[in-house]
Amino acid sequence: MKPSDFKLSRRSFLQASTAAGTLLSASYAPPAFAQSKSVPLNEYKPEYLSPDEWQFILAATARLIPSDGKGPGAIEARVPVFIDRQLAGSFGNAADWYMEGPHDITAPAQLGYQSPLTPAEVYRAGIAELNQWCTDTHGNVFALLDAKTQDTVLGQLESGDIKLVSTKSASLFDLLLQNTKEGYFADPMYGGNAEMTAWKYIGFPGARASFREWAGIEKPYPLGPVSISGKRG
Amino acid sequence: MARQEKKKDVVIIGLGWTGSILGMELCNTGLEVLALERGSDRNTVPDFQYPQVADELKYGVRYGFMQKPRNSTVTVRRSESETALPYRHLGSFLPGNGVGGAGMHWNGHTFRPMPEEFELRSYVENNFGKRLIDDEMAIQDWGISYKELEPYFNKFEKVAGISGQAGNLNGEIRDGGNPFEGERSSEYPMPPMPQTVDSNMFADAARKMGYHPYKRPSGIASTSYTNPYGMQLGPCNLCGFCERFGCLNYSKSSPQTCILDALKRKPNFEYRTNSEVMKIELAADGKTARGVTYIDPNGEEVFQPADLVIMAAYQLHNVHLMLLSGIGEPYNPATREGVTGKNYAYQTNGGTSLFFKDVDFNPFVGSGSNGHVIDDFAINQIDFAAEGFVGGSYISAGTFNGQPIRSMRLPAGTPKWGAEWKSGIKEWYGHSMSIGSHGSNMSYHTNHLDLDPTYKDQHGRPMMRMTFNWKPNDIRMTQFMKSKIEPLAQSMNPDIMQSSFKSQGAMYDVRPYQTTHNVGGAIMGSDPKSSAINKFLQTWDVHNVFVMGASAFPQNIQYNPTGAVGALAYWAAEAIRKDYLPNPRPLV
Repeated sequence: MKPSDFKLSRRSFLQASTAAGTLLSASYAPPAFAQSKSVPLNEYKPEYLSPDEWQFILAATARLIPSDGKGPGAIEARVPVFIDRQLAGSFGNAADWYMEGPHDITAPAQLGYQSPLTPAEVYRAGIAELNQWCTDTHGNVFALLDAKTQDTVLGQLESGDIKLVSTKSASLFDLLLQNTKEGYFADPMYGGNAEMTAWKYIGFPGARASFREWAGIEKPYPLGPVSISGKRG
Repeated sequence: MARQEKKKDVVIIGLGWTGSILGMELCNTGLEVLALERGSDRNTVPDFQYPQVADELKYGVRYGFMQKPRNSTVTVRRSESETALPYRHLGSFLPGNGVGGAGMHWNGHTFRPMPEEFELRSYVENNFGKRLIDDEMAIQDWGISYKELEPYFNKFEKVAGISGQAGNLNGEIRDGGNPFEGERSSEYPMPPMPQTVDSNMFADAARKMGYHPYKRPSGIASTSYTNPYGMQLGPCNLCGFCERFGCLNYSKSSPQTCILDALKRKPNFEYRTNSEVMKIELAADGKTARGVTYIDPNGEEVFQPADLVIMAAYQLHNVHLMLLSGIGEPYNPATREGVTGKNYAYQTNGGTSLFFKDVDFNPFVGSGSNGHVIDDFAINQIDFAAEGFVGGSYISAGTFNGQPIRSMRLPAGTPKWGAEWKSGIKEWYGHSMSIGSHGSNMSYHTNHLDLDPTYKDQHGRPMMRMTFNWKPNDIRMTQFMKSKIEPLAQSMNPDIMQSSFKSQGAMYDVRPYQTTHNVGGAIMGSDPKSSAINKFLQTWDVHNVFVMGASAFPQNIQYNPTGAVGALAYWAAEAIRKDYLPNPRPLV
């Protein structure tokens, strides 16, 4: 089986379906804006990520912020959409960063990012290498491993026990975790934090931005969030 | 061949706080003034308007209002033996970009340095002996006293619209202010800001321990206010989008809200944006500048003649431009000779986090300059001989924002991801606070700025190289603050507390945000052999070039720099108006 033939794992598929919510129901005709903004994750056409990379992102973010327990997981919050769109844009191509050489990829970490690769290139190289590592070690690409093994692999990636040479001193794990949390908590217009569910979960009122009368008041703030587009949660 | 523009009396490089102040003060003398700003124009509407500006990802995380390293950055190393590498994306410090500079995205903390800080070397030697200043430490007196600058602090505080309460008004110590501050000749123009839950809890605990809490002097309007230029500020609504953002509410002190609209009305003021100065052009004898060469928005090189050149860029860029223009002998750490690039310093900070299961802090309620402060361990309150270090800190608590990508404090040991992280954010978001120390940083012969031998900027010029590391004196200072903060935090009975202070052997790390309080490199002083500019901020070698900003600080103060930067700008403006213009010459 070629990597491009991989289908959604059953678990990822179920999570993606949940995220789509009622939009998956055949009898429900969603309004046009909802269709354009919130196609089900398993129908989303990535702007940057390849099908294999998309499967990896679905699977990995689902472990970084799992769906079980209270609050949305990364899948319900549509974090993978956020990551794909960030990688397709100015963040992915390091538009603001100084990227000229020479690049010393052996430099101490405290001297900061020194990889010649853009974030989008780090994902591309790193996911391919990690999938190869998973195939060599566990017999399957990351997305098709069981959750426990996926957690172990992510832990090894985080600790450096799995070293990816193709990312040239950049850390795929650090980028992935940072972008996952960004997608979870950023304004929904960037593709994640669907329906402001992550804000509602922790009690952040989003873009309300007016609290003069709340200075020094020690009781829970009663109002739900608003988004930059003016939606209320 | 550069295009030549019509001559101006004054050219100002950079249109942030100091460029705006000098622009206003020199326009008021009738001179033709041109400001060249390398970034784009910025106005409250549309650039900071609601709701678009309330976007943590774009401005808080992706640094939408900051300098792009692709356009301008430095290289960094921790010692002479290390190879400096580019600061490729922002982390430790965040220089601004565009009209308003860092003065539009700052938090607004506006302190005056203590009188002792202006004469630090003398103060230490006279009171605690010379042995505390080891051979590597390069601290100097500023060549100016607090008393000389006092009227100019007043002036800046009134223009910027600072909210606060005097602690020492004409020698009278007043309740609620900072009893350890230098004597002030007038009250702040606005009363202090309303405070958040954590700020009040800290103040209560500090008072119980016999300390002297006061409300942080804020460049944030607590009421409606009209400043001496006729600019109007509206009362802050504690929106929680201050640091890294432009103010949506005309409340934060910034060049935009306090100076620029008044300045732009003046017929003798002109500014050109997206115009980056490449070099200050000197006359053949090197004693005066003829003007500047800049790149215009079309990429064309332009020579702009002027009689007076005001360097008003960010600290790092002032020093870089001096090095590129051959103003002042570059500092050589091996011989300790030369002045340009000497005495780069930073800020020595630490903090303790406190978690309270049952307290609702509502961290999204806040202004950039919220908080109570104690100065009981400030520079003039410590026996340096007994403690074995030089320096001090202010200690404060107050929430600035609760934006969840960046402001998600979790107890140590909470996993960074997975089910436990997810339950941790629910359990602890809004239930923690921190007490921070914000401390001085001494200057050292080995911490300096020069031109990088390898890396070039987008115009092919050598990048500036920063050589900087933490030194034992400053680590001892910050560890001392830990020993004072932890008992104070403990007295508040948090469910969990944890500290983060640098310890011996700490190496400078460019990744986490620390402060944008880079100072030194073009320091002021009374001797041309050991300083780049005189007490009037005039370069010793080129008398029609004046250098504003925190590049003038011989070492870093314990406070945030903007109060001193603003006062020095007014002080220099007055010297230029009253003394230099009638008779252009070296003023010292």
